[in-house]
Amino acid sequence: MKYAYYPGCSLEKNSAAYDVSVRAVADVLGIQLVEIDDWNCCGATEFFSQDELVACSVVARNLALVEPQLNQVVAPCAACYLNLKKVDQLMVEHPRMNAHINEALAAGGLKYQAGRVRVRHLLDVIVADIGEAAVRDKVVRPLSGLRVAPYYGCQWVRPMDGVDNPEYPMKMDELFKWLGAEVVDYPVKAHCCGGHMTQISEPQAFELIRRLLQNAVDYEADLILCMCPMCQLNMDGYQNRVNHFFGLNFNVPIVFFTQMLGVAFGLDFSKLGFGKELVAAKPVIQAKLGAA
Amino acid sequence: MSEPFEPKIVGFLCNWCSYRAADLAGSARIKHAPNVRIIRVMCSGRVDPTFVLKALALGADGVMVAGCHPGECHYLEQNYKAMRRFHMLKHALQAMGVDDQRVRLVWASAAEGQQLADAIDQLVEDVRRLGPLNWPANWQEDAQRLKALEKIAHEHAEAMEVLS
Amino acid sequence: MAERVGVYVCHCGSNIAGMVDVEEVARWAGANLKDVVVARDYKFMCSSLGQAMIEEDIKKEKLTRVVVGACSPHLHEKTFRRACQNAGMNPYLCQMTNLREHVSWVSVDRKLATEKAKALVSASVERVKRQAPLEPMYVKVNPATLVIGGGIAGLQATLELADAGYHVYLVEREPSIGGHMAQFDKTFPTLDCSACILTPKMSEVGQHENVTLLTYAEVEEVSGSVGNFKVKIRKKARSVIYQKCTGCGICSEKCPRKVVDDVFEAGMGTRKAIYTPFPQAVPRVPVIDRASCIWFERQKCGACKKLCPTDAIDFDQQDEVIEVEVGNIIAATGWKMFDCKRIPQYGYGRLANVYTSLEFERLCNAAGPTGGKIVLRDGKTEPKEVAIIHCVGSRDVKYNEHCSAICCMAALKFGHLVLEKTQAKVYSFYIDMRTNQKGYEEFYQRLLEEGMVFVRGKVAEVTDAARKPSEQGKLIVQFEDTLLGKQQRIPVDMVILMGALEPQADAKEFGLKLGISCSMAGWYTERHPKLDPVATMTDGVFVAGACQGAKDIPASVAQGAAAAARVQGMITKGKVMIEPIVASIDEESCSGCRICNTMCPYNAIEFDPEKEVSRVITALCKGCGTCVASCPAGVITGAHFNNDQIFAEIEGILWDAAASPHGNGSAAAKPQPTAASL
Repeated sequence: MKYAYYPGCSLEKNSAAYDVSVRAVADVLGIQLVEIDDWNCCGATEFFSQDELVACSVVARNLALVEPQLNQVVAPCAACYLNLKKVDQLMVEHPRMNAHINEALAAGGLKYQAGRVRVRHLLDVIVADIGEAAVRDKVVRPLSGLRVAPYYGCQWVRPMDGVDNPEYPMKMDELFKWLGAEVVDYPVKAHCCGGHMTQISEPQAFELIRRLLQNAVDYEADLILCMCPMCQLNMDGYQNRVNHFFGLNFNVPIVFFTQMLGVAFGLDFSKLGFGKELVAAKPVIQAKLGAA
Repeated sequence: MSEPFEPKIVGFLCNWCSYRAADLAGSARIKHAPNVRIIRVMCSGRVDPTFVLKALALGADGVMVAGCHPGECHYLEQNYKAMRRFHMLKHALQAMGVDDQRVRLVWASAAEGQQLADAIDQLVEDVRRLGPLNWPANWQEDAQRLKALEKIAHEHAEAMEVLS
Repeated sequence: MAERVGVYVCHCGSNIAGMVDVEEVARWAGANLKDVVVARDYKFMCSSLGQAMIEEDIKKEKLTRVVVGACSPHLHEKTFRRACQNAGMNPYLCQMTNLREHVSWVSVDRKLATEKAKALVSASVERVKRQAPLEPMYVKVNPATLVIGGGIAGLQATLELADAGYHVYLVEREPSIGGHMAQFDKTFPTLDCSACILTPKMSEVGQHENVTLLTYAEVEEVSGSVGNFKVKIRKKARSVIYQKCTGCGICSEKCPRKVVDDVFEAGMGTRKAIYTPFPQAVPRVPVIDRASCIWFERQKCGACKKLCPTDAIDFDQQDEVIEVEVGNIIAATGWKMFDCKRIPQYGYGRLANVYTSLEFERLCNAAGPTGGKIVLRDGKTEPKEVAIIHCVGSRDVKYNEHCSAICCMAALKFGHLVLEKTQAKVYSFYIDMRTNQKGYEEFYQRLLEEGMVFVRGKVAEVTDAARKPSEQGKLIVQFEDTLLGKQQRIPVDMVILMGALEPQADAKEFGLKLGISCSMAGWYTERHPKLDPVATMTDGVFVAGACQGAKDIPASVAQGAAAAARVQGMITKGKVMIEPIVASIDEESCSGCRICNTMCPYNAIEFDPEKEVSRVITALCKGCGTCVASCPAGVITGAHFNNDQIFAEIEGILWDAAASPHGNGSAAAKPQPTAASL
């Protein structure tokens, strides 16, 4: 199956582990990802409040660049996924906005027909398009005994098109059951990770991060699975600061779900971007699954 | 100066839901275009496609058929039959050169006076935009349409295996 | 001989005359419409003077047809038909034209409204000339009645009819009658013991000479129509011989197989494989649940059979389908509880101490699994704080838009029971408190005084994710207090979800069997929401209780009694008039193609294989006319709505159109249809 691929900026730098592991597991599952040529910023969160039309036009440029023979684009970063999808939907529902955006695109010699490209998150593609049988088929190292806590964050659960339950998402839970893991039904799985609050008010951001880590520990999770670079950065990158701030001692590895998918598929740790996380995941995983 | 075009539209409304919706629109004083003249039938399933053709041939500019919502038919499921027939009819009308915006199938429950009034206004507006149908006159002038009709008749004859 | 038509145009005070030039319409009709011999307008046509005028004209002017341009036929058709009949005319030769609801009340332009009125009158005149005299049909009403559903509404209806001396077949799909009310401990607002007021009614029904009680049975098929229904009922195999069983209960006592009881105990308790749902069950004859019985699993055990003192166990019993004949049917099929797992953020099914309201009913019932002690799932700990969440699945566009009507009061009742039986603090999380029946508001005031805490706001989630030590080991209710405008958290030990009342899962399907329709949500539709709340659009089929909409016990009882009263009215009258609007087939011309047979949803068209023609069974025909429209040979006639009449109506309604044969068209070109000869 062939999809256009929109990596987004995080996957180039601080979440490079996500990018490598996405490409590696896609390869195993026969998902052919065609990177959009000359893709640009997804607008993140800030741009939309500065100038909506410009922000939307910038995002729409990415959709316009999707090769004409492809009609689906995969974005592993939850923010990119949401923005691409949001802009497409906006263009479908609001003809005037659609006209304005296409006017802007035309200045660059591009045009985009609203609704042409279906925006997908990789998790959805794996669960819905690839499906249980094909995924189970690829598992060579079942994650038995490993207690994983799926964490969805906020952008996956915007009530867009019924991909998952917006109040209590379950798709990653499902996927990891197929891999043989002990999935921790983790009640804060869609609570706030703090987002950009770390830049505005650290005490508040740290409290939000602490709640997630504390709950994972209370549920005896070995590690937390992420599907968004921001969530991973906050829980992993700030874990030490949170420990200092509250006088705690968390040591919970935070990894991308694709990294663990790769482990279950028997791929080498080095090929899945392990080692880039600050709270080391490898020792915890090897302690449960044995060195391989 | 000629008078503005006032479309003449015949409405076939079922006794149980849509006719009562029209009654409700009245009791609630919901104003709507006076162009749809209503004929009561017991069920939208009673509407023989020839009723619609007859109305158009006699000079109606449009036709509305209205019934209970799917699943709420007073006669259990006869509105589904109306629906199937209606699709067939639209197909035939298209072939005969009648814009399918002129005929409309509408669902209105006995509680939906407003919805029915809106549907009437919408149909009147659409037909007004299309202009007078003047069907039989137009039709004869247009050899192509006659051909289309012959084709349908031929196909029908073939399907029914009555060709000599 | 030409017909002699009288046209009567009503002013309806200023209701019609204010927007339509009624005098002009009458004058025009008299001058222009063929065969109209009298045309009058009058202030109030439906008044006795107006009716007298028509009657007099019929006699004096020898009218053969009457057209009344007034209000909707749904309002006064009967009135004018009666007037015509009084003057010796067949009532079906009178036609009404709707000039009020369809013209004056909805128009803003007097000229256009008058034109529309003329067209409608013209249509009626053309149509009425082709109408035929019809005789109303009368059928005898079988005095027996079928009541479907043995909850409180069905029981009430059954007793009303049986006490009045009429026979009732009461069908219930569970092994015992009693319904949801049998599961409750107390009833609001009086706090009567539910069993104490219900069980006497149950045993009365069980012993009543006029009641045939068919429990563990389901209605399979309904045919016929008002006065004479034939009903097929499947009596599921009980595996116990009804006549031999004395209800001693030894079988249940000795049965070694215990299973969770998801129905009566709402999953809170267990029952045996051979069981009656509860001790006061009526009948007391148990059933074997074959899916969990050891004998049916591996032909072993048979303890019940060995120990039964009257040899009443029969493992080989088969389902039995019986047919009964009744004149009327009352559907009292009740409701089901919303599946609280559909709102996962409330944790039901994941967090042990989150309960549904039905589970809690069993928990505080003295005959329930804990003997009425309010304790957590561990079976011993008394809760210190209890949260009751209202509107779970109700008043929420994502699940059900309706208000479930009973939950506010049930929540108050639960609050009272918790405060009475434990030391716990009780919180109620409500959107709006709805206590609008007799004694309800007073009960709410009482709970306020008893110290129940009311928080206005919808709960966002129930979680065990503690944020601070005081929340450890608790269930935390996160909510927005909309009166304070603040997000808050309250740690509790027990959460009760007031789940919505929903239509039965098979309500739509079952409604089709009875020929009655449902709302989009699945509640049965009454004939009129205010003025005819227990009748349905299908004559002879009535509804009672929560199958028509969420309602409490007093309302269900009232509806049960009301439905019974309506049925008694039918029985006392003894016969029922049926509109003679039915189809008939001209057998001489029928080609026997059988297209019409499949069109009829009532199986009212049968095929005669000998003559190779189809035939309408008049008693079953409801007159929809779909078969008429489908007959390729055009040999089916729909009485009062035949092709001639409708074509004439179309011609009349388009009197002013281009191609009208009435010669009033404005367009010059008036070609004859050629290829399109219709």
